[in-house]
Order: sequence, then structure tokens, then C-alpha cells
Amino acid sequence: MNEEIKTLTISIYTENNIGLLNRISAIFQRRHINIESLTTSQSEIENVNRFVIVVNMSETQAKKIVGQIEKQVEVIKAYYHTDDETIFTESCMFKIKSELLFEEPQIQNIIKESDTRIVTVNKEFFVLEKSGRRHEIEALRRDLNAFGIMQFVRSGRIAVTKDEMKVTELLDAVKK
Amino acid sequence: MKETQTIEQNKTNAIKTERITGCEAIIRCLIAEGVDILYGYPGGAIMPVYDELFKYQDKIHHVLTRHEQGAAHAAQGYARISGKVGVAMATSGPGATNLVTGIADAQIDSTPLVCITGQVFSHLLGSDAFQETDIVGISTPVTKWNHQVTKAEDIPEVIAKAFYLAKSGRPGPVLIDITKDAQLQEFDFKYEKCTGVRSYNPVPKTNIESVKAAAELINNAKKPFIVWGQGVILGEAEEELKTVIEKSGVPASWTILGASAIPTSHPLNVGMVGMHGNYAPNKLTNECDVLIAIGMRFDDRVTGDLNTYAKQAKIIHFDIDPAEIDKNVKTDVAVLGNAKESLALLLNELEANSHESWLQEFKELYKVEFEQVIKGDILPEKEGLTMGEVLREINTQTKGNAAIVSDVGQHQMIACRYADFNITKSNITSGGLGTMGFALPAAIGAKMAAPDREVVAIIGDGGYQMNIQELGTIFQQKVPVKIVVLNNEFLGMVRQWQQLFFDKRYASTEMTNPDFVTIAKGYHIDAKRVTKREELADVVKEMIASDSSYFLEVCVEKEDNVFPMIPAGASVSDVRLS
Repeated sequence: MNEEIKTLTISIYTENNIGLLNRISAIFQRRHINIESLTTSQSEIENVNRFVIVVNMSETQAKKIVGQIEKQVEVIKAYYHTDDETIFTESCMFKIKSELLFEEPQIQNIIKESDTRIVTVNKEFFVLEKSGRRHEIEALRRDLNAFGIMQFVRSGRIAVTKDEMKVTELLDAVKK
Repeated sequence: MKETQTIEQNKTNAIKTERITGCEAIIRCLIAEGVDILYGYPGGAIMPVYDELFKYQDKIHHVLTRHEQGAAHAAQGYARISGKVGVAMATSGPGATNLVTGIADAQIDSTPLVCITGQVFSHLLGSDAFQETDIVGISTPVTKWNHQVTKAEDIPEVIAKAFYLAKSGRPGPVLIDITKDAQLQEFDFKYEKCTGVRSYNPVPKTNIESVKAAAELINNAKKPFIVWGQGVILGEAEEELKTVIEKSGVPASWTILGASAIPTSHPLNVGMVGMHGNYAPNKLTNECDVLIAIGMRFDDRVTGDLNTYAKQAKIIHFDIDPAEIDKNVKTDVAVLGNAKESLALLLNELEANSHESWLQEFKELYKVEFEQVIKGDILPEKEGLTMGEVLREINTQTKGNAAIVSDVGQHQMIACRYADFNITKSNITSGGLGTMGFALPAAIGAKMAAPDREVVAIIGDGGYQMNIQELGTIFQQKVPVKIVVLNNEFLGMVRQWQQLFFDKRYASTEMTNPDFVTIAKGYHIDAKRVTKREELADVVKEMIASDSSYFLEVCVEKEDNVFPMIPAGASVSDVRLS
């Protein structure tokens, strides 16, 4: 019985401690699970960090991984969600030679149509920024690649869930 | 939050602080946690702490082992027999890395340990300084928690947290790495025990509905079967388990680390499961209709092939660790929580019952195993001595009251199969990690933690030589531990596999051994070698009667095999008797 492999978003609320990233990534490494992307930031709760990790795996596997993650002392709570259950985005930046902006008018159309933002322009280069789904970013990259890209970088996924995660309640419960 | 409360309380209660150094604080913290013995080895980065140990030696006894690995295993032995937190200490670099095997062993066997390592000055961190190693990085995958301290003022809180985390919930090892400057700084010391960490829920709440669901399955079962593990011992739920078994009449078996929780002689104790476990419980795992797993984790050495493991049965799993539920075996009913509490709740829901004809099936298969395996092991008629008969003699002489500390290999399986256990926490062995070299230092820790108990180490000639240097610790500390080396001049378990699965190609398993008796005598330990059956009983008697440490080498049959055996990857019902 082969279970379907899905793109899953794992959200982890943690204490902000050195070494926790290592502890969490080791859980994936040990099981030969490739992390598609990993983002960590402050969460909605003061002094609580949030990891957003994207992986391709079955839900059965995800349940076990989330169990192992939650087992870590400094992890407050971990969840996994399917794409349908989250609102997610990635962002990317392009650095492109400024002369192209004038030589290749099509670039301006691409920028307009793809809802891409110009971050800065100077004599040598201009910088574009776009947020969106992976396929949109990929399409933009393909389009711009035709003209030459000096630098391209894409962030990991960030995601919020449609359902509540009740971490604040969880922390309140501990206070009692 | 509890932490804040305590801080606020302090403001009003005004707990007095004292200005002391970080290294003195470490010792004061250990004393405050009730540590009376710790095991370790000094070196550059931990020297200030040793200097304080010298000053506090009337309050805390430091045992100098002969290797840091010995310190870690001794601390494990101490923890396993006492249920208290074992403490090991080492310097930075090689001192710290030498602890790692013991830490990994404690992690997989859920043993509460606090390991304290010295570290280079904080300004040198990351500079490849002398004896600098990233022990926090190295130990991360094998610790429940670890932390590096670079400021003296953090020491009390971190050590308090270390002890709390090591012991609470599912226990495990914690490593605290303390830089030398943190040891030397002065600060205002006060100590408060840790009672909670907000991101950590040690004992999940037991859901009474799941207890009721479990009880219903058990009450209606025709062929219920219990497999208990170390969770029963760690949760101090031995009495509850015994009552549950007796009321429900369910035949009960144990994993290697669950051994001794219920006396061997209990009529419903049907033996050990797993690769070299007993015939009946392995075979009947695939016959039962309800399998009740209590404080065990369905290790692969227990289950064999998961695709053919107890597929016919409803599975009930009692565990304190939510991550264990459905990890290896899909459960029908999961009961989270501490075994002591959850079994007590279960007891209320259980109907008094007996399963005589089902129990009879175990007895029948025991007879088969006795005829084909056990008789030859413990009452041999062949010329060579067997490991099993040595265990039989030890049982006779200790009346089943000894703590048996075994190493890893054939002798370990024989010890766990044949040792009689009347008292809980008496089977101290390296289960999950299978660490050769565990037993000699672990026996030291066990004997020091429980000086009134008979502690017998059963070790193979291979594993003995992995930490043989700890004879020096036994000599210096005068630890009256009994050491039995079952010498077959082979790495027996590997040789057995080579015989069965590699056409007897004995690659690097034959050992040319030194004169073990002379070595023991070099450490002024009474020592004897037995090569003949007629000598065995008297020498074992002499050993057990001795008030001091004693070394006994028994030269056993070279190529005996341990059976029953579930070949790796095979089904539990394919357990072989020969």
C-alpha cells in the first residue's frame, strides 16, 4: 500500500534557542528526508519562534515526523498541513542589467503583467521583487532568463494556516 | 507560568544569594539535587570544578574512572538500579567525545543522566583551540536536551533544568557544556529546583475514554496478551502491572528492558519476547486477539518483520511518549500517560477473568522450548560448560535476588533468558544501542548506588576487553562487584551469525585472549578460572559469599549458539529452536 506523496507544510512553534535548528534538521536528516525549504522567524507570540518547513512526504510519515519534532524539549507545538489547508507564498529577487530595461521593452511588459515590483534601479542594474506561488516565480524566471539574469534568489515558503493553531492557549494553559 | 511565580516568590521570600564562583556553583547545584556520587575524569577545561570537588569531598563522592566511557556507563548503572539521575563529568574535547557512546546508550534506553563537560574559554570558541570540540553539536542527536553555558550566572538555572528534564516524563540524557570562564567567574548564587518548562509536557494526560476502550477490548478478548517494557520500571508501575495481570488473567511477557518488573516466577509471566526471547510469547504474538503493549516501543528486535507482526490482533498501546504511538505498529487504542496512573485507571475498568486454556498454550510451547533448548542450556549433558548452567548456578547462589548487569552478545541473551529476578530494576543491560563494554562500568555504578544488593556482571570475553581498564576503578574504590566472564574465545553472537548466515566464514571473530585471572589479580581482585563442570558450583558459591570484588572466568563451549532465534527480518512466528 503506497501512500500518496504530498507537499506538506510543517509549522513549528519553538522557544528561541541556539541549537534548536540543528536539533530539528537532524530529525529530517536521520530519515533521509529532503527539506524543500525552511524559514524561521518571530511568530505572533512574543519570544516564540516559528519554523515553516516544506517537505514532500506521505501524511503517515508526516505524523511521525511531527511527533518526533514535538518531542524536542524546546518545541512548543508542531503541525503539518496540506496546501489546501494553508495560505502560502514565496518571494524572489532578480538582479538584471539596467541597459536591458531600455533595450528590451518586452521586459517592462513582463514586469507589469506579472505584478512584479521594481525595488531599485541604478546605472548598472535594476532589482525586481515578486511574491507568489512557485509556478508564478518559475514562469517569471523563465521569461527573464531569455534576456539574461545577473542574480536570482528565491526564499523558502512562508505560510499561515486556515485553521487556528491555538498556541497561545497552549502557553496559557502551562501558566496555570 | 511557574518560573515567573518562583521568581516573584523570591522577591518576597528574599532567598539569600551568595557570591561564589561558577565552579563552586556547579558542585552546590549537584548537592542540592541530591547527588552523592558522580563519575568522571579530570582535564584542563574542567579543572576548576575538580578543585571544588576536592573541597566538597565530604559531601559528594567523585569516582575517578579509567576512561570517560566508563564514567558514562557507571552513571547509567547507578541510574538504572536506583531510578535516580546518574551524573558523569569530563573535560572538553576527547573527554567529552568519550562520553558520547554512554550518552547515546542512555538516550535509546531512556536512562536519566546529566553529563557535565568543561569547555574552552568562551572567547576561544570556534577558534579550534586546544581540546575544543563542538560537543553540543555532536551530542544533539543523542541527548534529550543539551546546552552550553558561557556565563556563571546561568549555571544554577541550567543545571536545575538539566536534572528536571533528565528525570521527568520519558527520561533521557542531558549534556551541559560549561566554558572555563563561566566556571571561574564570580556571581550571586542561589539555587531553585526546576519544576516545569513551558514548551515541555513530560506526562500527557491520560484520557479515561481510551482507558475504557482498552478495558473493553481486554474484557472481551479470548486470547489477550501483554508485552511490557521498561516504561513499567521507569514509571514505577510494577505493582499496578502485577495487579492488572492477576485480575485480568492475561499472560504477560517482557522486552529485554522490561525484565524484572514482575518476578520471573510469577505464574502469568510467560517470558521474553524478541529475537532471542522465549518460544511461546514470540510464536503466540501471532495468535493473540488483543495485544496490550505497556511502556514498550515495538523495537525491530521485538517485532521482527512488521508486515507479519500481530496482524490478527487489536493493538492497545500504553505509553508516556506520544511519538511512540503508531511509530512502528498501528494501534487500535492508544493510552497516553504515566503507566502507574494509566494502569491504575485500567484496573478499575477490568473484569476479573482467567484464560486457562490460552495460558495452557504458552505452557505447551514452553515444554517444547524446554526440551529442545532450555534443558541443553541449563542442564547440559555434553562435556563443555554452557553459559546457561553458569546462570543456573548464580540463580541458586543468589536465590534470584541479584542485580544482573550484562554486556552485549550471546551471554547477554543467556543472562536475560535464564536469570531469575525477584526484585525490580535488576536487569541492567544495554538494550537499544547494544553497547559492548557497558557491563563492567555499569556494574560499578549499580553496586555503588545499591551497596546492599548483590551485583553480578555477566560479560563476554569480547565486551570485557572493551572497558577492562575499569578494573582499576573497582580496585581503587573497593567496589565489591562480582564479575563473571563467560569466555568462549569468540565474539560469539557475530560468530553465530557467521555460522548460520555466512557459511561459517569466521571473519575476525576468534579472539586470542590474555590470562584474565592474572589481569584481575594484577588489580588485587580475587580471581578464579573454571574449566570443568564439577568446579563450577563451589566457585560460584565462593564468589557470591565473598564480601569483596571477585572475578570469575568460566571457559565455556566455544561454538554454542543462542536459541530460540528469530532471524533478522523474519516473522515472530518463524522463531527457530535450532
